[in-house]
Amino acid sequence: MSTTTKPVNQKAWFLILPVLICVAFSAIVPLMTVVNYSVQDIISPERRVFVGTEWFAAVMRDEELHQALLRQLTFSGAVLLVEIPLGIALALSMPASGWKSSAVLVTVALSLLIPWNVVGTIWQIYGRSDIGLLGAALNAAGIDYSYTGNATHAWITVLVMDVWHWTPLVALLCFAGLRSIPDAYYQAARIDGASKFAVFRYIQLPKMRGVLMIAVLLRFMDSFMIYTEPFVLTGGGPGNATTFLSQYLTQKAVGQFDLGPAAAFSLIYFLIILLLCFVLYNWMQRVGTQAAQEPVA
Amino acid sequence: MARITLDLAHSYKPQPVADSDYALLPLKMEFEDGGAYALLGPSGCGKTTMLNIMSGLLVPSHGSVLFDGRDVTRASPQERNIAQVFQFPVIYDTMTVAQNLAFPLKNRKVPEAQIRERVGAIAEMLELSGQLDQRAAGLAADAKQKISLGRGLVRPDVAAVLFDEPLTVIDPHLKWQLRRKLKQIHHELKLTLIYVTHDQIEALTFADQVVVMTRGRAVQVGAADALFERPQHVFVGHFIGSPGMNFLPVEHAEGHLQLAEHRLPAPGARTLPAGPLLVGVRPEYLARAEPGAAGALACQVLRVQDLGTSLMLTAEVAGQVLRARFDPDARLPAPGETVWLQVLGEHTCFYQNEELL
Amino acid sequence: MAALDRYRTEDRRALDQLYRRVGGPEAAERLQLTWQWERRQNPAARHAVPWLVREGTAIIGACTALPVRVSVGGRDVTGTPVRERNVAMVYQQFINYPSMTVAQNIASPLKLRRETNIERRVRDLAERLHIEMFLDRLPAELSGGQQQRVALARALAKGAPLMLLDEPLVNLDYKLREELREELTQLFAAGDSTVVYATTEPAEALLLGGYTAVLGEGRLLQYGPTAEVFHAPASLAVARAFSDPPMNLLAARPSGAGLAIAAGPELPLPAGVALGGQAQYTVGVRASALRLQERAGDLSMHGVVELAEISGSDTYVHLASPMGSLVAQVPGVHYFDLGQPVALYVQPGQLYVFGADGALLHAPIRRGI
Repeated sequence: MSTTTKPVNQKAWFLILPVLICVAFSAIVPLMTVVNYSVQDIISPERRVFVGTEWFAAVMRDEELHQALLRQLTFSGAVLLVEIPLGIALALSMPASGWKSSAVLVTVALSLLIPWNVVGTIWQIYGRSDIGLLGAALNAAGIDYSYTGNATHAWITVLVMDVWHWTPLVALLCFAGLRSIPDAYYQAARIDGASKFAVFRYIQLPKMRGVLMIAVLLRFMDSFMIYTEPFVLTGGGPGNATTFLSQYLTQKAVGQFDLGPAAAFSLIYFLIILLLCFVLYNWMQRVGTQAAQEPVA
Repeated sequence: MARITLDLAHSYKPQPVADSDYALLPLKMEFEDGGAYALLGPSGCGKTTMLNIMSGLLVPSHGSVLFDGRDVTRASPQERNIAQVFQFPVIYDTMTVAQNLAFPLKNRKVPEAQIRERVGAIAEMLELSGQLDQRAAGLAADAKQKISLGRGLVRPDVAAVLFDEPLTVIDPHLKWQLRRKLKQIHHELKLTLIYVTHDQIEALTFADQVVVMTRGRAVQVGAADALFERPQHVFVGHFIGSPGMNFLPVEHAEGHLQLAEHRLPAPGARTLPAGPLLVGVRPEYLARAEPGAAGALACQVLRVQDLGTSLMLTAEVAGQVLRARFDPDARLPAPGETVWLQVLGEHTCFYQNEELL
Repeated sequence: MAALDRYRTEDRRALDQLYRRVGGPEAAERLQLTWQWERRQNPAARHAVPWLVREGTAIIGACTALPVRVSVGGRDVTGTPVRERNVAMVYQQFINYPSMTVAQNIASPLKLRRETNIERRVRDLAERLHIEMFLDRLPAELSGGQQQRVALARALAKGAPLMLLDEPLVNLDYKLREELREELTQLFAAGDSTVVYATTEPAEALLLGGYTAVLGEGRLLQYGPTAEVFHAPASLAVARAFSDPPMNLLAARPSGAGLAIAAGPELPLPAGVALGGQAQYTVGVRASALRLQERAGDLSMHGVVELAEISGSDTYVHLASPMGSLVAQVPGVHYFDLGQPVALYVQPGQLYVFGADGALLHAPIRRGI
């Protein structure tokens, strides 16, 4: 009995070739350029010296960098601490179905649609003590509010702006997660005599695990890389009170035209985010497989 | 334990007019304290609606629900003190088995020692004692269903336990074990148990009394043998039994039952109304007869199927198909030949307008 | 062995399952299925081939990466992409084109082949499957059973020489399943294609008739005319797989006149049965062979009732006995109390004997139809 092996179809490779070329052109080649810069001292466009890992060492020792990193981590932490619970609370209070549900969904999502620099501008004007509604109101209430002069006020304003901008994303993700819980769970809880809080703690929160992980991952990554909004709002000030990592990097690279250290630093930045994402992703996967073992309704 | 009395109808439309507007046509039913009942019917017949009305998850649009004479129509499931087991296991994944079972008692602020005792007793009855400290989320589907059931049983004064097709996700070879467990629990605890299913084996095995429903109507309530021997409605004859009852449309006139060119003597022992009737006889009772015997018909064999444990003969007479079940060793004619089948006998039922006469 | 005829389907899922269950390509290599499709000579001859599958592994696919030859009607199709093979398939989940009406769904294979007279043929098929009143509806508006009928109509419309069905009735209500099964039997008999029907229920295989291939854990356990496979299972594995309720299997040792069932009665063996001098045997008793009434020459088995499952037509009594768990299928409706002692009787001639390796040594002789 003769046998033949089924021929494997290689045509698929040709189909992804255009994509490979595009990605190579727009991402891989520029990335390689950055790597190239990071190991060279570019004194002028014509004179370049290979310095190996000198820039990396310098970047790691940079005191200002450490400060910026610390500020960044504090900011991301604060963002998560505020936005996640707030988003959950918002999702819980949104109506589940009917025209009201659609109306609320649209209203809630509006702030997500605004271009990021416009967000910065909105809040910049909003917070001004002369023509801004918030600024004027606060000053009228007796608080000496100034986001340009007071570091604490600047921090709080940036935080509130980010919460205003991005909490709806968390809310929408949690809303979707809540909708996927079968009715029978609520019915069983009613029959068991569970209080509203018990329902939240034992049914809703566990079932939202998957979407919450996504929300945390997204918000952490985005807040860690945040640039436009604080730049437009405070410009990094007062002083460098709100200069986060990305802005520091830009100052270095564009402002001072120190391409070498800037390139080195951006590679480090990239690796930090990659590492954190990897950790969070694995955590998500583990949680996901646990959830997948449960029966699907 | 409670006696449940239903006198209600349910419609999703505000002003129901025709029968089709009702999800549950007006009915009166009583479930005795400590009895095991099954609601049996195809999808969409209203059995889950009835169950939800009994549990309090749904308020009937018309009528009332009484528990031991007390009107609970608008009472919540908590107030009625019932337990419900759903189609797929509903458990609290973050808790262990013991915590799951203890949950309803915790919500009622029962003292800790009592909770432990009660949980232990129920776990033992359900054969879950060895798994009490395991996380509920990691167990198999049948163990999870047992936990769901246990949560219902753990309350000592539970009025009734309602089941909504609970064996749907269970592996087929484990189903009979859970059925046995349910029967044991009924035997020991003597609770009122109401079981919704579309599977006749589950209903007939589990319940003392089966309520057969179709399209919002309860057509018969009875024990397994009554439903099998004397179905009161054509639907019951068709639905119970595998395959269901054979029906022959005949015209009753002048002491004869006329089926096209065939004539059967009308049974003298009973007075049947004149006009169109249906003669119902189950495949198990349709036996071979001598050619020309009274009450027998000459049919043409369509096919004979070997079902392993029996033979199924499919025959045709006057355009109607009849099925008969025979011993696996019987000798039957080949397809195309004629076979005489005894249609009229002591197990034959007569129907007019789908109701038993 | 006859020529290897095998089909590969669009459904790679079945193939992946096979690999995972069996545990590796080497195990799957042993999967050598050989049979011949019978060409339809005699109108009464069945050509449906129900595959009885254990452990839910539906095998309607062949291994792609392994050396295997697939041929249809003598033509080698191993290298032919699925689209060009002429196969119709019906899945477990009711799969229809959701945005097309029922009529368009049924017409789609006809349109692809640029057939004529499409409307009349669609109507014809719809009538045969009793869905002619739904021709203008979308599949989502229909019930489960109706959706599956649409899928079946579409498969029949294709008129392919081979039709594959992967447990098509398993998601339907009990009674609906019965009705459709009957209709399917008639449809297949009336049609011209060879049908391969995968199922885990012995009753379905028996109802469809034809030939049955019993598969377990990636191996072909037995293949032959359905009734033959049922009444003469070649091994313990087949006996276990192809009976519902499962055959009662009791351990036995040779003794005096025949075999002694452990903790049970002695079984005198009929003449001409070669035991082959093994140390351990298994005696098989079908649930339907056990009776409540005693007849002359019966062996008796005693036990205590654990559960009586009533199906209306039969009662399945589960007993706990010193020989192990027993199941008896008794016609009619019988009520038993839990824990009630019961005696069951069986004719010695109705018992199966399997050797220590599981191979069939003796099957009851049947008086033919």
